Amino acid sequence: MIMQLNTSWKDRLFNVANLGLLILLSLAMVFPIYYTIVLSFTDSTEYYTRDLILWPHHWSLDAYKYLLGTGSFVNSLSVSVFLATVGTALSLLVTGGLSYAISCRRLRFRKSMMFMILLTFLFTPGLVPLYMVVRNLGLIDSIWSLILPSLTSGWYVLLMKGFFDSIPDSLDEAARIDGCTEISVFWRIIIPLSLPAIVAFGLFFAVGYWNTYFSGIMFINQQSKWPLQVLLQNMLVDPTTMGGGTQSVSMQMNRQLPTETLKMAAVVIATIPIMLVYPFLQKHFATGAMVGSVKE
Amino acid sequence: MSRSGSKAKSQHPKRPLWPDLKRDRYLYLLALPGILFFVIFKYIPITNLIIGFQDYSPYLGITGSPWVGFEHFTRFFSNPDFWMLLRNTMGISILNLIFFFPAPIILALMMNEVRNQIAKRTVQSLIYIPHFLSWVLIYGLTYLMFSQSEGLFNKLLTAMNKDTIDILSNPKLFWGLLTVQSIWKEVGWGTIIFLAAIAGVDPQQYEAALIDGAGRFRRMWHITLPAMRNVIIILFILRLGTIMDTGFEQVYLMMNAAVTEVAEVFDTYVYRVGIRQGEFSYSTAIGLFKSIVGVILVVSANKAAKRFGEESLY
Repeated sequence: MIMQLNTSWKDRLFNVANLGLLILLSLAMVFPIYYTIVLSFTDSTEYYTRDLILWPHHWSLDAYKYLLGTGSFVNSLSVSVFLATVGTALSLLVTGGLSYAISCRRLRFRKSMMFMILLTFLFTPGLVPLYMVVRNLGLIDSIWSLILPSLTSGWYVLLMKGFFDSIPDSLDEAARIDGCTEISVFWRIIIPLSLPAIVAFGLFFAVGYWNTYFSGIMFINQQSKWPLQVLLQNMLVDPTTMGGGTQSVSMQMNRQLPTETLKMAAVVIATIPIMLVYPFLQKHFATGAMVGSVKE
Repeated sequence: MSRSGSKAKSQHPKRPLWPDLKRDRYLYLLALPGILFFVIFKYIPITNLIIGFQDYSPYLGITGSPWVGFEHFTRFFSNPDFWMLLRNTMGISILNLIFFFPAPIILALMMNEVRNQIAKRTVQSLIYIPHFLSWVLIYGLTYLMFSQSEGLFNKLLTAMNKDTIDILSNPKLFWGLLTVQSIWKEVGWGTIIFLAAIAGVDPQQYEAALIDGAGRFRRMWHITLPAMRNVIIILFILRLGTIMDTGFEQVYLMMNAAVTEVAEVFDTYVYRVGIRQGEFSYSTAIGLFKSIVGVILVVSANKAAKRFGEESLY
């Protein structure tokens, strides 16, 4: 970008130091994840006998086999998959619908709706009042308590509205003149044009649902309905609750495998979906994060 | 709500309401689930705040529970826990403000100086990753790195024949540990908005400065930083407004018996006392106190910024 004809040795030194620091920082970001993956694949006898394992001599899938054969783990995994799919679809529908509506300037009560959304930024009533609502709806210990209260947020609605605002009105008008109805304008013009935003927001929602923890400990008491993060936390903090919580299973497990490799395997399984969507995320998230935020 | 509603109406005084509603019926249908969401999960909870002034009993309900006025508030403010919570919450927030807030700004400046585009993009991809991990996973990684028995850090110390350090249950290190975690998780992600601001700078400005003989740091100071200024101020105000929030999940997950004294914050306290111990009214009062302080902070920080912005115009 910048023409620099005569780079002095000072400049070069700066460049090397700067890039060096950034690479170190990147390594600090990646190393814990790498280390976790390596440990999760390490053979149990090796784990006990070697002190520092940066690369296993003997690879082993035992921890994964064990986890994926454990009822409670598979259960929580399926809860999280359900959240990430059904929750994301519903969130997109609710967020997209509302933000598209308020992006239409002709809509009556548009400003009231905006005001209603903006007000929620300012004042949050806190934990217990929300808990009461969820309880009064009879959602405690229901999987819907993990979806409905976190369907959307004012922030997401305004961001998405910003995106819809960037679609020129003239397109919409032209389509109408060509004989499109309201519904077909939406399906044939708006949706295809907003596909990048839909993908970006969809990924955000999916990551959010996959990482659901707080709602889990707030609203779910039955272990069979725990989302993965709640089970994971219980595994990481207290190994005796592992494997369905029954004493016999955890004792059996402790003899077979070091709990540490099991923990790490669980961490890796909980990270895999994010790592899988990450390349897609990469492409879209910067747009998604910036959508609409530049204007105000 | 009604005020802005009437405003909208007065903008088109002659148009009758009904044909407009009928014409846009599909739009209203699209908006309906979202509106319901905000009413049910954002506005109805506000009405539930009433129980902060009651001795709420789930069997009697809001209408049947006895009123106690400000009793819960006075009980809370005279409780020694209040000062502990205030100290911890503010302590963690202020540490975040000092170290966590400037970190992405510095990182964005550093990244802006990288000329090799491939290196830049690689660094960018890698530092974004932690943002997508849950706090539970980050707790897991922290444990793997720093626990006394299994942590890599202590294994290295043992290998060098040094004593191990119990980092995770040391009250002196707890706040610092939280700050480091926050930086690790969000610093890369935080750079996005600053890099976008930098990208808006006209390259000619740099060239002109270069011709005028401005060195690298002068260009950084006089061109790049001013370009980020607005974003920095806005984000700083938003942070000031959330100074009473410490992020429930992170603190709750990192908390253990040894560090409770320095770890318990408003959010975790409300959860423990309110949801776990079922003291609905008392913890609602605490939550209300926190929210009101939050509103005051946001509004006054915003005012201050406006004044600041006006002055800086000259």
